[in-house]
Amino acid sequence: MTGASPLPLRLESVGLSRSGKNVLKDVTTTFAVDPPKTVIIGPNGAGKSLLLQVCHGLISADTGIVDWATPQNARALSRAQAMVFQRPILFRRSAVANLILALKIAGFAKSEWRDRADGALERTGLSRHAATPARSLSFGEQQRLALARALVVEPKVLFLDEPTASLDPAAAHLVESLIDEAATSGVKIIMISHDLNQTRRLADEIIFMHRGRIKERAPADQFFTRPENDLAQAFINGELLWRRRRSIFDGALVDDETCSSEDFNKS
Amino acid sequence: MDVIWQATLASFSMLMTLDDRLIEVILLSLRVSLTALVIASLIGLPIAACLAFTRFPGRKIILVSFNAMMGLPPVVVGLVVYLLLSRSGPFGVFNLLFTPTAMIIAQVVLVTPIIVSLCRESLESMRREYHDALRSLGATPAQAISVLVWDGRFTLATAHLAGFGRAIAEVGAVMIVGGNIDHVTRVMTTTIALEASKGDLVVALGLGVVLVLLSLTINFLVYGVRSLGEAKVAS
Ligand SMILES: Nc1ncnc2c1ncn2[C@@H]1O[C@H](COP(=O)(O)OP(=O)(O)OP(=O)(O)O)[C@@H](O)[C@H]1O
Ligand SMILES: [Mg+2]
Repeated sequence: MTGASPLPLRLESVGLSRSGKNVLKDVTTTFAVDPPKTVIIGPNGAGKSLLLQVCHGLISADTGIVDWATPQNARALSRAQAMVFQRPILFRRSAVANLILALKIAGFAKSEWRDRADGALERTGLSRHAATPARSLSFGEQQRLALARALVVEPKVLFLDEPTASLDPAAAHLVESLIDEAATSGVKIIMISHDLNQTRRLADEIIFMHRGRIKERAPADQFFTRPENDLAQAFINGELLWRRRRSIFDGALVDDETCSSEDFNKS
Repeated sequence: MDVIWQATLASFSMLMTLDDRLIEVILLSLRVSLTALVIASLIGLPIAACLAFTRFPGRKIILVSFNAMMGLPPVVVGLVVYLLLSRSGPFGVFNLLFTPTAMIIAQVVLVTPIIVSLCRESLESMRREYHDALRSLGATPAQAISVLVWDGRFTLATAHLAGFGRAIAEVGAVMIVGGNIDHVTRVMTTTIALEASKGDLVVALGLGVVLVLLSLTINFLVYGVRSLGEAKVAS
């Protein structure tokens, strides 16, 4: 809400394993205030959601360093960030009560709760659902409410995990303009998207992930015109990467399983 | 057949006229079981919260024990409390045997496991679901607990109703530790047992009707609380 941005966020050799599998491998990168909008793309299971949660502090990395620039206490740090999950987690309360709870936890003055909550509902097109139990909203409405709840606390860094995945075109457009608006007002956006057109529209910079690694990171225009990584190239062209993988190795038929186990053994 | 019919009619007229004997017994029943419920809740909720929110060695064993204790036979609980409170027992000096207090103690033992198990289950599943969202918002542990309790209030209330239902309907424990003394420790269930064995069906049936009505009310309340919960919070 107030205070300086805690950015840049630095990740160094971050590794994470789940059920004996290395799901994040040697991730080294930095998220700075500039450029405002970073979009993470990559195939299903690439580790995008996990990376976002590691950044947000919900999961602690098994190895490596996750480090915010400004030394702040944990509370100030968590209040400088907000996240919209891939599957919205809403409280068993009305839509407006969900927002008010977020404001309360974030430490806003009680007198401001109602106005701020109503404003956020208005901006996400949910005004007429203010009193509706959050969990009986449609999935797309729930996703917008989750975004409203993230925006209402005025974070410095906003993590978005596929925020438009189940939205109709108009609602997706609305959400995109909300994201743009937030970015313009100085909020750092770190967002996952599966929609390449959306990514083209929104992204200032792209991170391409594959099997737990960052394969490429580039300014958006450069990424789309001249991707350096062959997997990224294939991904933009809409190819299935697990098929593509076989042909990459000089036409030799490398079994997908072999690739992955070799990949996973190297931690 | 005739006898039963007449007894039924007599018992209804007894209920309608609010017979003193009946009222006394009903009020004592309610006092004992409600007090037991409040105490069991004060003991059980913190334990439930502890089990739901923390992880420590031996937790699983405690959890399973409480689950098993939900089905404790009231007679056995009565017997154990009797031994503890009897003159030669460790708490004999308090002279509690055959008092309403003894009955409350026995019912607390019966109800607490229900409160612990059902509330723990509810709080734990809510926690699993809310965990990431609450952490993301930066909630303190105290804030998180208050959110979980508030949003789980309907299931928690249901657990309490279940506990009360068990207390008000059991006969074995209060019979043994209360002694079924007229005007002192006679509650609905023990009176029914006594009067039926004496052959006085009028009082037994009258109280039986009250008990059935009470448990019906509890069930309607449970249903009502659930649907209110669903309507208000879409759980
Ligand atoms: N608790 C877990 N146990 C085992 N494997 C897990 C666990 N959590 C995640 N994974 C694995 O980690 C990998 C990365 O998961 P993640 O959710 O980050 O993928 P993603 O890139 O967000 O994919 P999607 O595009 O489908 O959302 C997946 O292969 C997933 O199966
Ligand atoms: Mg994901």
